[in-house]
Amino acid sequence: MKVLVPVKRVVDYNVKVKAKSDETGVDLANAKMSLNPFCEIAIEEAVRLKEAGKAEEVIAVSVGTSASQEQLRTSLALGADRAILVETEIEVEPLGVAKILKEVVNKENPDLIILGKQAIDDDSNQTGQMLASLLGIAQGTFASEVNISEGSVEVTREIDGGLQTVKLNLPAIVTTDLRLNEPRYASLPNIMKAKKKPLETITTDDLGVDASPRLTTVKVANPPEREAGVKVESVDELVDKLKNEAKVIS
Amino acid sequence: MSILVIAEHDNQELKSSTLNVVTAAQALGSEIDILVAGSDCSSVAESATKIPSINKVLMADSEAYKNCLAENVGSLIGKIGTNYTHILAAATSNGKNCLPRAAALLDVAQISDISAVVSEDTFERPIYAGNCIATVQSSDSIKVITVRTTSFDSSESEGGTASVETISENTDLGVSSFVKEEVAESDRPELTSADIVISGGRGMQNGDNFSLLEGIADKLGAAIGASRAAVDSGFVPNDMQVGQTGKIVAPNLYIAVGISGAIQHLAGMKDSKVIVAINKDEEAPIFQIADYGLVADLFEALPELESKL
Ligand SMILES: Cc1cc2nc3c(=O)[nH]c(=O)nc-3n(C[C@H](O)[C@H](O)[C@H](O)COP(=O)(O)OP(=O)(O)OC[C@H]3O[C@@H](n4cnc5c(N)ncnc54)[C@H](O)[C@@H]3O)c2cc1C
Ligand SMILES: Nc1ncnc2c1ncn2[C@@H]1O[C@H](COP(=O)(O)O)[C@@H](O)[C@H]1O
Repeated sequence: MKVLVPVKRVVDYNVKVKAKSDETGVDLANAKMSLNPFCEIAIEEAVRLKEAGKAEEVIAVSVGTSASQEQLRTSLALGADRAILVETEIEVEPLGVAKILKEVVNKENPDLIILGKQAIDDDSNQTGQMLASLLGIAQGTFASEVNISEGSVEVTREIDGGLQTVKLNLPAIVTTDLRLNEPRYASLPNIMKAKKKPLETITTDDLGVDASPRLTTVKVANPPEREAGVKVESVDELVDKLKNEAKVIS
Repeated sequence: MSILVIAEHDNQELKSSTLNVVTAAQALGSEIDILVAGSDCSSVAESATKIPSINKVLMADSEAYKNCLAENVGSLIGKIGTNYTHILAAATSNGKNCLPRAAALLDVAQISDISAVVSEDTFERPIYAGNCIATVQSSDSIKVITVRTTSFDSSESEGGTASVETISENTDLGVSSFVKEEVAESDRPELTSADIVISGGRGMQNGDNFSLLEGIADKLGAAIGASRAAVDSGFVPNDMQVGQTGKIVAPNLYIAVGISGAIQHLAGMKDSKVIVAINKDEEAPIFQIADYGLVADLFEALPELESKL
């Protein structure tokens, strides 16, 4: 079995992002960039499938600028076998990414495609579902457990009310939630080894995909600041404030 | 302009999140249809007809839609969606699961989790864990949108007289099936629509200690939430996670107990009207956004709080 894992380069989850002062976008100057945490979970799951003897090959793929090579190298250090960069200078929206990934899928014919449930920059939560739709295949989104058997996969999903299990025909899409696994750290020897693993670069033109954006960002602003509150000295004071000042309890 | 709202339901009851989406739809225009896709779901369709100012209710009643499998419901929406200029669903786990499939079939972008309608093609949405608000304009002929329910009031649910139109479209892709669901039953209000929410974090130490929150929640009629750390540690189930990648809440009163206030947690609750933080570390970032901060050991503060309510 072959597993394809699309990964995205995003701002590190510890960075507190702010809008540029002219409100034309987010200020990412010098911000630390990382592998999207949900993609890390996706790579980990694929690598575990390989380690369990259920998958033969794990391929990481990213759509982005040449800088995304860094995150593909990280993916290789975490255990992916090879990587593909679909290089583009434009910022590709989830629909465009899904169209590009569809072409990669058609070339590679993976049995399972594991994506993150959301990229923590745009918080779109769309790409996996769109790719599944374009391919006409099944999806197990927000997965907290994945069990592969012959020709199918059972996915336990984190839903609003609790957990749901669905059975999907292969090939299928899985998108990861936080509880699916705890990703490993890349060891130094594996980081060194990753430098020698194959990383192929192609372009959207090679794939013949039109991934032009449909949305224009008119402005990006900081949300209204909350006014600083007060510290209360005791539970009595807290209850009094909530009753008589904020009037949120009676 | 014609707008389609996707109803959120469990085949028996129309969920209140649908009413928040209707309010967002009303900000766009007045020709609003509601789609109820389910199985044996006529009581849901019936409730939907009572929402004032609805044009008509489309009911797709089939075994294929019973468990809201995204493959089937997504392609149904993709098929009937061509009749509309806007398609809206709540940004719930169902909405997030199904709607992008429909958008891809219609070859249009999805605008996720909108927090405001600026005009018929321009919307606000939080990005980067709510640290920025983006205003985006769509050039697509059909706008496919998920709605952040806490950003829109509920519409009225009684007084309307829309008719029900049955649609026979039966789209079963046959690639997926429902196996089981473990859904926690609770007498408490729903987390995302509760007036008061009290949440526990890693500071709670274990699941049993959440009983300290339950006593208070009982007295206040509150829902109980949690941080990711509390869920990951197995104190409480996943559906209680509040945050960027969990549930978004905006109650009148949010009480954070033993929660440090990471960006990802704040993303899910910082639009609450009044925020209380109880934490033993006076430097905890949660105090920077709390209206009332109590620096205290939660194991002393919570029993006292319960007794004084
Ligand atoms: C991709 C990604 C997505 C994430 N999504 C979410 C999300 O949706 N929601 C979310 O919450 N987090 C999310 N996180 C995790 C987030 O970054 C934090 O790790 C998490 O919120 C921390 O939870 P906590 O505050 O309970 O734990 P901690 O940060 O460990 O804080 C525990 C707090 O309890 C206090 N405390 C301890 N003992 C006591 C006591 N006896 N009395 C009083 N106070 C006490 C401590 O002083 C401390 O401030 C996400 C992270 C990533 C990378
Ligand atoms: N540019 C990209 N390149 C590769 N994978 C991506 C890209 N954008 C999104 N994805 C995948 O889709 C998931 C969800 O992203 P999103 O729909 O943007 O929230 C991510 O976790 C990735 O697995």
